[in-house]
Parts: sequence; structure tokens; C-alpha cells
Amino acid sequence: MRIGLFIPCYVDMLFPEVGIATLELLERLGFEVGYPLTQTCCGQPMSNSGDERNATKAEHLFVENFKDFDAIVGPAGSCVKQVRQHFDVIEQTEAVRHVRQHTYELVEFLHDIAEVREFPWAKFPHSVGLHNSCSSVRGLGLAKPSEIMGTPFNKTADLLEAVKGLVLVPPDRPDDCCGFGGTFCVTDEAVSARMGIEKVRDHLRHGAEYIASPDMSCLMHQQGIARRAGLDIKFIHVAQILNGGPFSERAE
Amino acid sequence: MNDDKPVDVVAGAEAFLRQDDVHEPMHDRFLWAVMQRRDAEAAALPEWEQLRELASQIKEHTLTHLDRYLTEFEANAKRRGVKVHWARDAAEHNEIVYGILHARGVTELIKSKSMLQEECAMPAYLAARGIRVTESDLGERIQQLDHQPPSHIVFPAIHKTRHDVAQLFARTVGTDPNQDDPHVLTEAMRNNARPRFLAAGAGMTGANFAVAETGTFVVCTNEGNADIGAAVPPLHIASIGIEKLVPRVEDLGVFLRLLARNGTGHPLTQYSSHFSGPRRGGELHIVLVDNGRSRRLGMPDFWHSLKCIRCGACMNTCPVYRRSGGLAYGATYSGPIGVILDPTFDEHKYSELPFHSTLCGSCSAVCPVKIDISDQILKWRRVMANKGYLPLAKRVSFAVAGHVFAHPGEYHALQKAAAPALNHSPDFLLYNKTLNPWGRDRDLPQLAKQTFREWYLVNRKSDGSKHPES
Repeated sequence: MRIGLFIPCYVDMLFPEVGIATLELLERLGFEVGYPLTQTCCGQPMSNSGDERNATKAEHLFVENFKDFDAIVGPAGSCVKQVRQHFDVIEQTEAVRHVRQHTYELVEFLHDIAEVREFPWAKFPHSVGLHNSCSSVRGLGLAKPSEIMGTPFNKTADLLEAVKGLVLVPPDRPDDCCGFGGTFCVTDEAVSARMGIEKVRDHLRHGAEYIASPDMSCLMHQQGIARRAGLDIKFIHVAQILNGGPFSERAE
Repeated sequence: MNDDKPVDVVAGAEAFLRQDDVHEPMHDRFLWAVMQRRDAEAAALPEWEQLRELASQIKEHTLTHLDRYLTEFEANAKRRGVKVHWARDAAEHNEIVYGILHARGVTELIKSKSMLQEECAMPAYLAARGIRVTESDLGERIQQLDHQPPSHIVFPAIHKTRHDVAQLFARTVGTDPNQDDPHVLTEAMRNNARPRFLAAGAGMTGANFAVAETGTFVVCTNEGNADIGAAVPPLHIASIGIEKLVPRVEDLGVFLRLLARNGTGHPLTQYSSHFSGPRRGGELHIVLVDNGRSRRLGMPDFWHSLKCIRCGACMNTCPVYRRSGGLAYGATYSGPIGVILDPTFDEHKYSELPFHSTLCGSCSAVCPVKIDISDQILKWRRVMANKGYLPLAKRVSFAVAGHVFAHPGEYHALQKAAAPALNHSPDFLLYNKTLNPWGRDRDLPQLAKQTFREWYLVNRKSDGSKHPES
């Protein structure tokens, strides 16, 4: 299986270590991974604001970049959700349909497609609060949403629990939105910030040293809030834990 | 209200949030506790998800055969001695109601909670014509005394603390301002309202469900106030939105099991009263109201919102609503359901509401009739964007971004140029509220010294990697 590595724009610029961890992890598992150098953005900021006209240009480029891969994997739930569910305004050519059907968020790819359950190279001796983003839970089905009744499941937790030393500490409101919401975090700054600080405090109350997430965008928002408020908690992407690094916040 | 400017929901929410350290945390915690109760009640029914699916299908069926069920309902209600009126819009509804009251010389009206009558702005209309209108639902009465609309469709005064209510009652009813015990306050209002029930020439209710096969309607309350209002005065008028129809009595077995469990976290409302015709010597009128509903039924992206049974769960679960308070929405309906209903009444006035959401999807997941609320919020954003309602900053930046994201060369050049500028910009620029709202309560992330792409070019491409780009 030939995998196209989808590194969202903000991961590329702000969190390259998350891209490196994702690439190394997929290579370690034996996949052939290609990284289209002409990728930019999936169009989500515009699309989420209803501006389909300006989103479509980025969407067409995305399809062009990734149409020849068997699977497209990205370490970002909300961007993957954008590709899968919101590339619905552009013409549904064979390439568009292929890309929409074969774009996976990293955790669901590992859990459902590659069916990986062991990460013997990884250890993370810390207490971790898990933040499955709203896009991941209600958009991509990474975990059972609290509102829906039925047997609980949590694919991200399944993977993290296989990592030596890692202890998950559940918060009171595991899938209540943290208030990032894309452009919402600047257009609705007051509400967004309140949601964010309550999310971080919830994890702190339960003794989390780290908040881990398959979505770095939520963490970027939470991290900014925690730093401003002087809260002692660290943030890490699930890919870094599963790959065993890189852990430094800056790439070399 | 100012009809020229769209409701500034962001400012309203911020005002609610920043007024003090009491109101927003209380509001959030109370509604979260309701959600916890709701989850427990729902989990106790193994067939919960089947009930939701069934409820959704019954509503879709009814709405797609609405003409048939409405005429069936009308015929059966008339057979039971009910007078049935049809109102095309709010104005007709109010005229019909006033006409009935005026013809009988009624000057004192007791009414239970009805979002439809709110939607029609009926209380103000009747008050202007010399009719004293008294809300009998405690929360609605509190809001009426404070000259505010309800802030929640089930808990109308939920944005108030009991201290607020004590102050309000002291001002308006003459209770002790320092006495904020809920039981004492409730008793004070009961004593205040009781004479009005007895003096009223007419009682008004809404309806939660109207059953086509029998011509009966059902009113659900927890205080029993609708029942007294309907039973004591000789005249009962019920306002019913045309989307309230269900085909059969047995369908109530689905909806009544969902309504209270989902909305307040209780197995059933305290009172679920079936009205099947006028009582002996009395009159019963039903006003069936369209007020934009048939137009909404014709909107392919939005007609599913007519399935709503007004349980309020989408508001309870909405993390944005819980921090905003319902009054911020400046509309009859607030929270997620308000965001998708209000623009059908006035696209301009409510053009900013669809952006007051993180699209977290919790509303869609909690909805007992499976309305795709979150998807409709996004679709309303598309409507607003197409009509030019996006703020200028977004329009400009999206136009630039749309172009740059389509041209990788320009994108990467811009990345290179922007990085040093951002990391070395003086703090007063980065943390200026107007220029950069991100920085008001948040530190900025630092741009990486090397992007992933740059790292990749060094570490994978230059070493003769066997994984070339496609």
C-alpha cells in the first residue's frame, strides 16, 4: 500500500515534529510513504466559514496532489474530516471520490486499516489526559460520543494504552469541545478562551502531566491558553507518543 | 430591536461571560448537570437509539404528508366540538386570538409557556390592546416581570441566579430581597398568581403534539400550570404550529419517552395532558399557525429543522450556548436550534448566528429526532457567505488564502517571508486585541525554525530516499 503523507499547513509550519513522528511511524510499520511537495492547505478555514468559492481552489490542488496514492494519511482529525465530508461542493470526479474515500486520520488508519495494536519501541511514563477532538469523535468516529448510547469504544485510547508506562487519566468532560473551532477561536475569542481554559483545568484536576490529541489544532489553542495562564501542563500529539518521538517542541 | 443591524451575538456572549464570576459558571454547571442526568436516563433505555430513529422517521413521514394530516386533524377536532382557525403568519395568529378574546369581553388572560406565542410576539400585542396577560410558568413569569424574552426554550430564566430572582420579586411582588430560598420564592409566586388564574376570562396554551387521527393535542408541563389555565376559565385557546402533528396516538409512546428524558433528564414531564374537546359549558379554540413553516418545508437543506420537538437538549449540550446565555442570540430561539431556525425568519438580522458555533456536532448527536443541526449550521454559513455577510477581514483573507493555497510556489515563498516576521514582531502588535484576537487570552505558538517540508527535503530527498514524491 502506497501512502500519501498529508501534513496540514499549520503542522508544517508550527509543529514539524508531529509530521516527522507520523512519517517515521508509518515507515517503521513498513509502508511506502510519499510526501507531495506541492501540498498547501485542505481548504478548511474557508470551507468552515461557508466560503466555498475560495475553498475550492485549495480542494482541487489537494485532490491533484493525492489522487494517485492508495491511502492518504494525516495527523489531524479536522483536516481529514474536511477532505472526507466537505469536499462535497466540488465536482465529484473519480479522483475526488477516490481521495475522499481513502483519506484517513492517523489513529483510524493505524487502528482500522493497518490494525496495529503494539508499539514496542515506544514508552511514555506519564499520566496523560486524552483530547479526542470533536471532528475525530463526532466526525470520524474515533470514539463513542457521550451523547450517543451504545457500547463505549475509543480507538485513540486503545492505541495509547499499548504504550509502556503511559497512564490515561480521564477528565470529567471527555468530549466537550475545547473551543478551538477554527476561525471561531478568533471571531468568538471570549467564549473560545473560556471553553479552552476550562478544558485544560479539567485535565489538570485529574492529574494529567500531558494532554495528548490526534488533533494539534485543538492543542495549539489549549497550549496558548495554558501558557498565558501559567498552568503547568504539557501538550503532545498522539503520533509523537506512538512513534517514541521526536519529543522536542522544535525540529532540529 | 434594531432591524438594521444584525444581532451581535459575539458581543452579547462576551457581556454574559464577563459580567461577573457567578452567572456563566452557574449557567454552564446547571446545564451540564442536566446533560449528565439526560445521559443516565438515555442509557437506561436499551432501545434509546431505536427510539430516536423511529421519532425521526415519524416526523419525516408526517412532514412529507402534512396536508393530509392537517386536514385529518382539523376534521377530528371539529367533530369533538373544537373551533379550528388557520393563521398564515404571526399577525393573523394574533388577530385571531384577539378577535376571540375581544368578542367575549375578556380582559384578563392566563397563559402557559408557548414558544410559538413568543415567536408571534403575542403577549405584547395583546397587552397593547388592553388585555392583561399573565405567564403562569414560573420561569416565564420571572422573565415577564423582568421584561426579558426567555433565554432557553425549556428553562426560560436559567441565566438568572436565585439572588437575581429574589431581587426581582422584591421589586415587583414585594418579597424580602434577602430571602432567596427557592421554595419561598416559588410559594410567593404561587400566591401572587393564584388570584389571576381565578380572575382570568381565558386560558391559553401551546401544544407539544397534535394527533391527527383523534384531533386531540398534548401539553407537557412540570408545574401543572397549563392544566389550571385550561380548566378554570371558560375559554381555552391553544396555539399550535403546523409541524406539531403526529399521525397516531401510539406515536406519542415514542415522543413522550424521548421528550423529558432528553430535555431535562427526567423520565417523563410531571403533566402530559391530553385535550380532546371543550369541557362542558366551555369553549376550546385551536389556532393552527404556519408563520414561515411551509416555506421552510420547501427548503431542501433546512426542512429537517421542522422535526424539532423543542426539548432543549441541543442548548444544554452546546458548549458555546452554555457560555453565552440565551439572550445573546437576540431571538426567540437561541442555542443550536435557534441558529438554524432564526435565519428562516430574518436572514439579515440573524446573519451572524451561524458563526457562533464551533461545529463540534454535539447538538446533532443529542437531538431526539436526529436533526442534522451542526450540518445545517455549516449550510447557513454557506448561505451567509454567498450573500456577502462574511466580515470584511474574512472576505479579504480568504480571497488571498484561496489564491495562495492554490499556488504552492507562492505559498512556500510566503511561509519563508512570514516566519521571521511573526517570531520577531513586537508583542504590542501580536497581543493587540483588535489586530489579533488570538493573543488576548492566549500565547502565540512559535513558528518552527524549519518547516516539515524543509526537514523532509534535507532528510528524505537529499539522501537518495527511495520514497520520492509523486
